[in-house]
Amino acid sequence: MEMIPTRDGFGKEIVELGKLNEKIVVLSGDLEDATRAEYFRDAFPERFFNLGIAEQDVVGTAAGLTFHGFIPLACSFAVFLTNRAYDMIRLDVCYNNRNVKVVCSHAGLTVGEDGASAQCLEDFAIMRVLPNIKVICPVDVIEAKKATRAIISEDGPMYMRTSRAPLPVITKDSDPFIIGKANVIREGKDVSIIGCGMMVSEALSAAEILKKENIDARVINMHTIKPIDQEMIIKCAKETGAIVSAEEHQANGGLGSAIAEVLAKTTPVPMEMVAVNDTFGESGSPQELLKAYHLKDVDIVKAAKKAIERKK
Amino acid sequence: MTKKNIDIDSLKTQAVEIRKEILETLQLAGSGHPGGSLSAVEILISLYGYKMNHNPQSPEWSGRDYLIVSKGHISPGVYATLASFGYFPKEELKTFRKFGSRLQGHVHHKVPGVEFNTGSLGHGLSVANGIAFGAKMLNKPNKVFCLMGDGEIQEGSVWEAAMTASHHKLDNVCAIVDYNKVQENGPTNDIKNLEPLADKWRSFGWHTVEVIGHNFGALIKALDQFGTIEGKPFVIIAHTIKGKGISFMEGESKWHGKAPNSEQLAEALKELNSE
Repeated sequence: MEMIPTRDGFGKEIVELGKLNEKIVVLSGDLEDATRAEYFRDAFPERFFNLGIAEQDVVGTAAGLTFHGFIPLACSFAVFLTNRAYDMIRLDVCYNNRNVKVVCSHAGLTVGEDGASAQCLEDFAIMRVLPNIKVICPVDVIEAKKATRAIISEDGPMYMRTSRAPLPVITKDSDPFIIGKANVIREGKDVSIIGCGMMVSEALSAAEILKKENIDARVINMHTIKPIDQEMIIKCAKETGAIVSAEEHQANGGLGSAIAEVLAKTTPVPMEMVAVNDTFGESGSPQELLKAYHLKDVDIVKAAKKAIERKK
Repeated sequence: MTKKNIDIDSLKTQAVEIRKEILETLQLAGSGHPGGSLSAVEILISLYGYKMNHNPQSPEWSGRDYLIVSKGHISPGVYATLASFGYFPKEELKTFRKFGSRLQGHVHHKVPGVEFNTGSLGHGLSVANGIAFGAKMLNKPNKVFCLMGDGEIQEGSVWEAAMTASHHKLDNVCAIVDYNKVQENGPTNDIKNLEPLADKWRSFGWHTVEVIGHNFGALIKALDQFGTIEGKPFVIIAHTIKGKGISFMEGESKWHGKAPNSEQLAEALKELNSE
């Protein structure tokens, strides 16, 4: 299977969109090489601002650029924008409801060797508690392009996480992408594995393992963490009776929590979470880390069996 | 608005009226921030009454200059000024901080004339820079003003923005520091010394002017210079007095964030009426 980082899809798509819409501007905290915002920099230098290592300034300036109708994309590593500039995202972007798109690469354990300081494992949690903003994590490079288009064409604050690590390409150009509408990647009736980002391909692999044990697992690509697709979650709960969430993020507050909130309020069924369990990461290769922190297909298999067992 | 021959005496009269409105508004609300509101009155009047292009009948007019009030807690000063210039009826000041009112505790853009919600300090200058970048890209003449407190510039984000404005030669940005020397828990320069403040701004690449921030003539002269200096952002360090105009509030940190009661209000109004 072809492996491409989702950041590449973002970087290429903003160049295409930049040709069509001269109001698109990109701001960077001196990481445009890593976020792939450099493609836009090279294509449209007059609409690109490297504001230096000053994330608070990047977000505030982006909010100001909306005054003349510009559509600013603020780009850096997830940890630096969502954590360092949190107050600016909260006040300047969300409370003021400005049309700023915060797009971050380098989240999750797959950041790898750089270690825990750069491995943002809390961006979904801290972004989704803010009013007005939508939170998106595309599954592969094809979806990253569609998501980039969607967050720019829809008015309002957006947060999008892209990957540094190459991810398997599992969607097609013809697949739909609608913010807030999850996609069924694989049908199944015994358990639903609801994942986002790189964990969707782990879920597909888990479904193959489960198939050998006569367990029929459904796999959902929940590319939008906020607003969460309640309808899809309820449907999965009713039709499969057990849910497993899978995310490259802390268990506290992320995709799993968002799903659990829906289940608790509407259709309580057994649910297990595959996520990082209240700990920081460390240096290592992405695969070593995913294994050590229990984010592999085998971990999803275990969680699925446990959830199914709890149905009884 | 076109520039007119400015009558300083009428500005002074307006300042007294706005100070009264600030204190009455705060007394009715029972909470809020008098000290920094009173110190900024002449600055605000100089902007709305002299320097800025703006239209109270059409607050979103595309030709307007922008003011980002980064010290968002001086909402009583900002709202009283906007009401005085006709953005909304003065009567509405009575709703300040009340449930359902547009007049939120910290400045909010649902109030006509307020561009941006603030309240967390150190945000405004980056936003002002962003507006200025936009104006430059579109070759628009709109100017951008950013009013900051002195305690506020202890926030590191202010200096991130200060570097950006000079590096990118944002000569359409005018920062104004309301240097009233007092913050919530005491004298600013005892808590964390800002001096040499003018040198700091100069070393960050800003054209720096110091004025007495209660002297209309000096403020207007400084504001007149803004727009004539090419390639550099412009900062006015306005030396002011916290709680200006009310003797028992002047220079007192306890009046940073406390409303006067009715007796204190009466005393304050008496003092203002005798001016």
